[in-house]
Amino acid sequence: MSTSTTRTVWPIPGGIYPLDHKQQSLGTAIRQVPLPSQLVIALRQPSHAPAVLCVNVGDHVSKGQCLAQGSDATGLSIHASTSGTVLSITEHAVPNESGLPELCVILQPDGENHWTKLPALADFRNYDAARLISRIAQAGICGLGGGAMPSATKLRATLLNKVHTLVINACECEPFITCDDALMQASADDIVTGIQILLHISAANRCVFAIEDNKPAALNAMRAALTDSGIELVVVPSIYPSGAEKLLIYSLTGSEIATGTLAVEQGFLCFNVSTAHAIARAVVHGEVLVSRITTITGSALVNPGNYCVLLGTPINELLKHAAVDQTKVSSLIHGGSLTGIALTSNNVPVLATSACVIASTAAEIPAAEPEQNCIRCGFCTEVCPVLLLPQQLYWASKSEQLQQATTLNLHDCIECGACSYVCPSHIPLVQYFRATKADIRIAEEKLLMANQSRARFEFHQARKAAEKIQEEQRRATRATLAHQQLEQTATPSLAQAAIAAAMARVKAKKALQDFAAAVDAASNNLTTADSQADNTAAYLPNPDQQDDSR
Amino acid sequence: MNFLTAYSSYLLLLLVLALIAVLVWQLRVVVREMVPEVVRVMQKKLSHKLFQKLPPEQANDITIAAIDALLPQTQCGQCGYPGCRPYAQAIAEGRAINLCPPGGASTIKALAALLHAEVIPLDPTHGTESERKVAFIREAECIGCTKCIAACPVDAILGSGKHMHTVITAECTGCDLCVEPCPVDCIDMIVALTPLQGWHWQRPQSLPLHPHLISNDRQGQPGR
Repeated sequence: MSTSTTRTVWPIPGGIYPLDHKQQSLGTAIRQVPLPSQLVIALRQPSHAPAVLCVNVGDHVSKGQCLAQGSDATGLSIHASTSGTVLSITEHAVPNESGLPELCVILQPDGENHWTKLPALADFRNYDAARLISRIAQAGICGLGGGAMPSATKLRATLLNKVHTLVINACECEPFITCDDALMQASADDIVTGIQILLHISAANRCVFAIEDNKPAALNAMRAALTDSGIELVVVPSIYPSGAEKLLIYSLTGSEIATGTLAVEQGFLCFNVSTAHAIARAVVHGEVLVSRITTITGSALVNPGNYCVLLGTPINELLKHAAVDQTKVSSLIHGGSLTGIALTSNNVPVLATSACVIASTAAEIPAAEPEQNCIRCGFCTEVCPVLLLPQQLYWASKSEQLQQATTLNLHDCIECGACSYVCPSHIPLVQYFRATKADIRIAEEKLLMANQSRARFEFHQARKAAEKIQEEQRRATRATLAHQQLEQTATPSLAQAAIAAAMARVKAKKALQDFAAAVDAASNNLTTADSQADNTAAYLPNPDQQDDSR
Repeated sequence: MNFLTAYSSYLLLLLVLALIAVLVWQLRVVVREMVPEVVRVMQKKLSHKLFQKLPPEQANDITIAAIDALLPQTQCGQCGYPGCRPYAQAIAEGRAINLCPPGGASTIKALAALLHAEVIPLDPTHGTESERKVAFIREAECIGCTKCIAACPVDAILGSGKHMHTVITAECTGCDLCVEPCPVDCIDMIVALTPLQGWHWQRPQSLPLHPHLISNDRQGQPGR
């Protein structure tokens, strides 16, 4: 294989060409942000699972020490960004869609920046995939492009699925963001090392490095670094959203990833360029993920640019460092201008996914205009990069027809925001789609729960009925047994005894009566002679009295 | 021949009359056979309107199963029936569809769609719709009486006599039937998901169907 920049690129359907606003943050090299007075390190885990804390309040921690872990292998290790004291472990506002506070460690830096590194695995080819994946898990590396998926989880999937193509995503297609561009210019060699580690783990036989054509400086740096590496360098046209994983794979290979499947199931492994860099630092240098390059940009700043930021640095410190003019800020955005989230407070920390912070003026990013009625222009359908019908989905979403939305393949929507961007009626289509996706998910969960409960309830009923029958049978058996016992053993002897006793009683009574009769007879015989006449007279009725009674 | 020609018109008339008589006789038979068929078709067409007036023995099992499939299966009895299946039977016999608080608005909507009925709000006398809750046993206080185990309709409580009990959260329907029998009152109903886990996107506050009336006659109502 040889490095080439001329090869077929399958054009993605749809897409938009927004103003890229990238030049304003590319004027200077990457700068360091001084140590802030306090760090707020978010302990967020995938799907908001609870984090298992490794430190207590008041502990002194060194830079790179583990603060929290996931409760299982899919979790993410979180590390202290600098040495210092754990002031508190509390809920704190973070940049998220919900605006709800999340569990964070508040760290007071001691200023020494004492770093405890992991042992370096400089000769990474001497270690097997499992060892390297466990190192990547230990270092808490997650998708720095915005996905935030733990890299170890992604790589573990390659142990079950054969990977043929490794794709390195350096498109950075969203407006304003230039952190990957700056990183490629500054540390191309580390990136190449990271790619080689990923190739070693995944055993892919082909590697494609994809970069958009609007980054000439980065392209030159990478072209030089990738020479004779066996990694293909492919330049893709600048169009939003070319950097979406499944679309990029299509652009590069013409292969579409089936609905509801992961790219890895079809042999594609996709990593962001800055994640590859972080992996190289973790494996070769033993450095866990404690910092990242963040683009701090927007016309409200005097010094926009790319900054190397410790995770947990409050965004207001960053803005202060970039000399923000608070009077000019109309909106503060975390992430890019199309998929980012508007921040209501600047007292939120930098996360691993914080590629960009935009402090924009009203002219740069105008406030959202009020939603109007759909005029059925069809622009949304023309720009949709995954060939959906956003207008139809809008009607289904608005009227809460979940079945219809599913039929229209709502789940294939990548929420890129192209449809909302072109909508002349300013309909926040993506928000409708996100809400409907959530409704469908909740409905499915409810159905699953209902089916499970029904099965368990029916089993419960059947069990109770069976238990009742068994109980009745047991009772009947017991009764029969007792009756039989009474008849066979206890009852006959008692009855016989009773009869015998009764007969004995009768016999004795009769004997007594006979004796008494004999005694009477004897005494009668003795007295008969002198009292016979008197007795007879006494018992005979008086003829006169009988006549009277009549 | 003269006779025939002279009376041919009479003969023809007689023939036609005879034919008509035969036709009418035939038609009478056809009509007699058709009437029940027409009635049957009309009954079928009107069946969903007449459905709620069907006597209990005619509400068939398939319909009950279809209704039961839409109920949340919490088996909580808040509807006044001893489980979801009995309530499904009651609905098939004409009971209101808005008596199920755990199912809430989405269940009422689904039932209305199935039964061609009107979507009505939940009957507040049977309870209010709330987020999913699960039973939680304060294990230190449990005396191991097994009364909650006996009360649980889905066998979601684990334990045995004089041993601590606990709730299998994934199986708990949140019916709260175990709370009442507990002699030491050590069972709480807690929200199943944390606020973060339960959060999801909401639809934007969309426009009302007719935001502005072009002509508003109310202004000119007499007496106002």
